[in-house]
Amino acid sequence: MERHTIAALVNDEPGVLTRVANLFGQRGFNIDSITVGSSEEPGLSRMIITTSGDQQQLDQLMKQLGKLIDVISVTHLSKDPMVSRELALIKVNATPNQLTELNGIVEPFRASIVDIGPNSLIIQVTGDSEKIDALLVLLEPYGIRELTRTGSIAMSRSIVPAPAAV
Amino acid sequence: MSVEAAELTNSKTVPDIGFGEELTGAEALLRCLILEQVEYVFGYPGGAVLPIYDSLYGSYLRHILTRHEQGAIHAADGYARATGKPGVVIATSGPGATNLVTGIATAQMDSVPLVCITGNVPQNLIGTDAFQEANITGITLPITKHNYFVRDVRDLPRIVKEAFYIATTGRPGPVLIDIPKDVSNQKAPFYYPDRVEIRGYQPTIVPTDEEIQRFLEEIKTAKKPVILAGGGIIAANADQELLAFAEKTRIPVINTFMGLGSFPGVHELALNMPGMHGSYTANQALLQADCVIGLGVRFDDRITMGRTKEFAPNAKIIHVDIDPAELGKNVSTLVTVAGDVKSTLAKALPHASACDTEEWLAQLKAWQAAYPYRYKKEDGALKPQEVIELLYETTRGEAIVTTDVGQHQMWVAQYYKFSRSRSLISSGGLGTMGFGFPAAIGAQLAHPDRTVISVVGDGGFQMTNQELAILGQYNIPVKVVIINNKCLGMVRQWQEIFYDNRYSQVDLSCSPDFVKLAEAYGVKGLRATTSEEARAVWSEALAHKGPVVIDFQVVPEENVYPMVAPGHTLDQMVMGEE
Repeated sequence: MERHTIAALVNDEPGVLTRVANLFGQRGFNIDSITVGSSEEPGLSRMIITTSGDQQQLDQLMKQLGKLIDVISVTHLSKDPMVSRELALIKVNATPNQLTELNGIVEPFRASIVDIGPNSLIIQVTGDSEKIDALLVLLEPYGIRELTRTGSIAMSRSIVPAPAAV
Repeated sequence: MSVEAAELTNSKTVPDIGFGEELTGAEALLRCLILEQVEYVFGYPGGAVLPIYDSLYGSYLRHILTRHEQGAIHAADGYARATGKPGVVIATSGPGATNLVTGIATAQMDSVPLVCITGNVPQNLIGTDAFQEANITGITLPITKHNYFVRDVRDLPRIVKEAFYIATTGRPGPVLIDIPKDVSNQKAPFYYPDRVEIRGYQPTIVPTDEEIQRFLEEIKTAKKPVILAGGGIIAANADQELLAFAEKTRIPVINTFMGLGSFPGVHELALNMPGMHGSYTANQALLQADCVIGLGVRFDDRITMGRTKEFAPNAKIIHVDIDPAELGKNVSTLVTVAGDVKSTLAKALPHASACDTEEWLAQLKAWQAAYPYRYKKEDGALKPQEVIELLYETTRGEAIVTTDVGQHQMWVAQYYKFSRSRSLISSGGLGTMGFGFPAAIGAQLAHPDRTVISVVGDGGFQMTNQELAILGQYNIPVKVVIINNKCLGMVRQWQEIFYDNRYSQVDLSCSPDFVKLAEAYGVKGLRATTSEEARAVWSEALAHKGPVVIDFQVVPEENVYPMVAPGHTLDQMVMGEE
């Protein structure tokens, strides 16, 4: 089971996310994360989907996605070098006198403390999913009260030719 | 023309289309249907489609009022399968729309072009759980090729145009258009786009010369090749290309259930159907072939038995399909060609040459002679297979035969040798009981001069037999052949074989008197309980100009053989009685 990142350029219309999500349910594909936002072209959105499966499952998934009328193109981003980023907000148990100690953890990750309360604070971190996972391991001992992650957005690197669309 | 009722005579003149004229959504919809050359609309009125039915009043369009929306959509489906043209159905919001669901799923599974129009509550009530509100676009999302919710009357003509285009191009399928009542009432200047541009939809794939060359290269050297031709041949109207290709290459042809009729059933190269209830020869051919050429098939589990790794174990598999997602979905293939099977065969034909198959063909002939479909004839008792043979002999394979689902469906596939395409109309993928009879109505309206036989079981017929009203009302001369074994035969067969004769809830002995039922609807009813009666009654039915229901009371214990049990491979066939 390999992890894959796929980009789908889709019509920015009501119900398109439902169509994509339904397809995953109907065909039994996994969704690890899905993000949707505007693309460079007005009227079109870009979805970044991370999924896991073997080559045959990936092939089916991309072909079935491509069959949706509202899907303009499907690209397998993770087959070539890509940039992938995720944003996470992490609320941990901590008092203000632990701030220096926590800064020592947060700084190497280029994360920042964005809110401080009497018994908790919020850390904001961006990076690929593995980096966020690593930070979470270090924060675990303090007690994580709340965690929210955006899921990955990704783009192929410029130096390689753009992957062929399906 | 045997459809005599006044409602069906096309006496009204073609309306002036009136581009630019201010029309309501409902009026615009009907103009669009006329421009799409829709011949029949099947439907059922209700609150949310009142504006549409008001526009239909006195319209040029011919509307068939079925007695249930499910009857309407199966009739539209039968019309579509018999012609290749899209079937059109109208239903109201809520229950009207949800009654279409089985029919939509049936069409989706068998790639049948349908345009389904549903009304919905006005947009100011959408989402409020209003009276007769259902989120039909949400409900039908997984069972349509595409669906639309119309928010603005100005979008309606474009959406209708797109719907017909999507339904009929590429791999065909059902498209649903949900029109809220306010949109049906709103006015806008009428237009109709002359072409369709949908960026995310490029349905026409013509294979490249390299692909064709590769395809032919692999076939050329085969000693034991076999063509597996499916519903895609019929959808693409490629039956003539298939015939020419098979004859030129001397490759025998197995037809999947959905493909039956696409290759002449009595041709020297015809091997009939493979799979769970397929012929010994077709299954042996797949087991021993060195090359399987799948044309417009999807290698479904009634053929591979779900054992995809063991399927055609000695063969390289070549697969041609218009839907790229079917290639490599179920079985591993050596060569795949994404393309319309008609253009693929047309492109390949001039470069194809005869394979060295004489030895292979002789082997297949020997199997056919040794292991034909067979059943034990008994004096006095009427066997179901005998009835199907009778239908075949008297119509010489030229009739359109619709079926329901179950034993009778398999016996039709085995014993009725179809001589032409678009003649077997049956729910192969979804396996919808209640489909056959309404589908026959649609097929007969499409082909008023052909003999249309609806072979049904006593179970399935009772799911949609209310449509007998239409046979009477419009004098549609469908011959309804009930294979009446007084039980749910296929379920009974499985309970006998796999559940130790524990016959749970399969007894239908309290069914109505089907002769009287037919007569109650003003339709001729006949009955046969012996072979002699069957012959006499059937010739009377064929000679009768109008609709007939024939209750063939057959022996109830008959099973469908050969049979491959689920989970087994094709070499584990149970052959049945001598």
